[in-house]
Amino acid sequence: MTKPTDSRRQFLQKVALGGAFAGTFSLPVWAADKSNLAYDLPKWMTKPGKGFSNYGQPSPHEKEVIRWISANPDAQGNGVSWTPLHDLQGTITPNGLHYERHHNGVPQIDPTQHLLLIDGLVDKPLSFDVASLLRYPMISRTCFIECGGNSNSGWRSNPIQSKAGYAHGLVSNAEWTGIPLKLLLQEVGIKAEAKWVIAEAADAAALNISIPLEKLLDDAILALYQNGERLRPENGYPMRLVLPGWEGILNVKWLRQLRLTNEPAMTRDETSQYTELMPDGTARQFTFIMEAKSLITSPSLGMMLPDNPGTYQISGLAWSGRGKIARVEISADGGETWADAELHSPILDRAFTRFSLPWHWQGDYSVLQSRATDETGYVQPTRDALVQQRGQHGFFHYNAIVSWEITEQGDINHVYGI
Amino acid sequence: MSTGFKLFTALLLITAFSHSYADAEYQALGKHAEQLSSQVQWHLTITPDGKGLPIGHGTAEQGRKIFALKCAGCHGPAGIGGSAEPLKGEVGSLTSEYPEKTVNSYWPYATTLFDYIRRAMPINDPFSLSANEVYALCAYLLSEDDILGKDQELNEENLPQVSMPNRDGFIAIYPDKY
Ligand code: HEC
Repeated sequence: MTKPTDSRRQFLQKVALGGAFAGTFSLPVWAADKSNLAYDLPKWMTKPGKGFSNYGQPSPHEKEVIRWISANPDAQGNGVSWTPLHDLQGTITPNGLHYERHHNGVPQIDPTQHLLLIDGLVDKPLSFDVASLLRYPMISRTCFIECGGNSNSGWRSNPIQSKAGYAHGLVSNAEWTGIPLKLLLQEVGIKAEAKWVIAEAADAAALNISIPLEKLLDDAILALYQNGERLRPENGYPMRLVLPGWEGILNVKWLRQLRLTNEPAMTRDETSQYTELMPDGTARQFTFIMEAKSLITSPSLGMMLPDNPGTYQISGLAWSGRGKIARVEISADGGETWADAELHSPILDRAFTRFSLPWHWQGDYSVLQSRATDETGYVQPTRDALVQQRGQHGFFHYNAIVSWEITEQGDINHVYGI
Repeated sequence: MSTGFKLFTALLLITAFSHSYADAEYQALGKHAEQLSSQVQWHLTITPDGKGLPIGHGTAEQGRKIFALKCAGCHGPAGIGGSAEPLKGEVGSLTSEYPEKTVNSYWPYATTLFDYIRRAMPINDPFSLSANEVYALCAYLLSEDDILGKDQELNEENLPQVSMPNRDGFIAIYPDKY
């Protein structure tokens, strides 16, 4: 940077003088012609705009882009809110729209009074306060978190007529920044017998759940930031677990304790809930990985196709708890024929991948479907195949292909196939 | 200033030579927590062997009264038919066309029932129940389906011994079937 030169200083003085002149003289005649453009331009171009804001909000014209809340009438903090996937583009879920599943409300935690205790089968139990944790080395990881109960209406015999996000939006995708759990576990020292970790939350449900130690040593993060800012209260402020690719319930929010043990604790949320009852009466337990899934978000239920015939950009999301998405195929005839969609970069491990394909609609009855394949070769199943395998009472882990029916009028309905 | 500056450059040198993330330089900031770890409020989880159960006792008859007062509003007067999950009945229904997952038909361990009621119920007033009240509520719910004798008192000794009808109904997918 150089100092302002004399000529620049003179220039500034001249401008100041000019301002004073404008105030004292009436306008010359030549200024009154009718060529100013105020009437030809939108009003927001002819008046100064609003001032700055400390924390920005979406446009008031987007006020219908909201999470859809479904809570227990007798226990308002028990329930879910769904991400409006049908209204979003790209892959990152804005923090205010990340899905929620709370068991007893959002605790209002004072970070100066919150501790994380790591104990159990360790060399020395240690506690960590938030200020200390903020000094550890951090990494960032973009990944999806999906509730084990996402899309569970798919098990019902009749297809639910809800918008895409309000049936499948218990999944969101964010950049999480925090401390690799491995570092903290190394610091306490792991005893050889330790195999599981009981994680516990500081909410009014004191949620507890058993997690294999192996996963925490692999790629788990103690997240402190979400899309660049500190976690939102509803997403675990001041700290939460992020376990890429694993069921939402294990990504414990408001984390207060990790106790290392040799066996799982058989808590309510790994026995009564988040287990899948099979037709033979047994239940699948510890089904941690969220299998590959995809969803066309546009066009989808609640929209309509205005031009007949017309060209539409089919767009959607695919994700897999086992790795990267390798392929997404799209069918417009209920799965008879398929075409490869374009996968948009970046294609990240265990994260949302955006796909799209232009489609020339000729005005005939169509059934749009998308089918994801992940890098392990796993192919998203049809609903028939999934129900064949698991019955209809599993409730959790529904990842079947979703079908949108397009009528000749351009209306869109949810169907289970052609 | 100069010592601080030297330390800073020394750290820079070390990090410049570290090869991978695993070698990252950081200060271990965990605080010794033996004392914290021995306090009851950090021992909320009760395992199937009964570890973590507080001393206490209660009967079905006592439990029935507490249930009517503090639970029935959401779970229904007899533990079914409210806005919240049904808690009893339907034992043996898991293979039927309309299976019902209740505490008594589905849960593999009675220790889980104690653990969960104590930490989470009643949902509008968590951690308000005494140990005796939780034993009584467990006794009441279990006795309704004859998993426990109507007159049997439940305590920290015999709760882990209760044999739930669906004890062997769970197939662990992790780690073998992954
Ligand atoms: C204000 C309503 C309300 C009251 C009062 C209440 N509960 Fe609940 N209870 C719920 C809700 C809602 C759930 C589901 C919680 C969840 O899914 O996270 C639940 C879940 C449960 C469960 C687990 C059910 C399952 O199948 O997983 C048990 C057991 C239970 N309650 C017992 C009790 C007992 C015992 C009391 C009385 C001390 C009680 N509840 C009082 C609303 C209530």
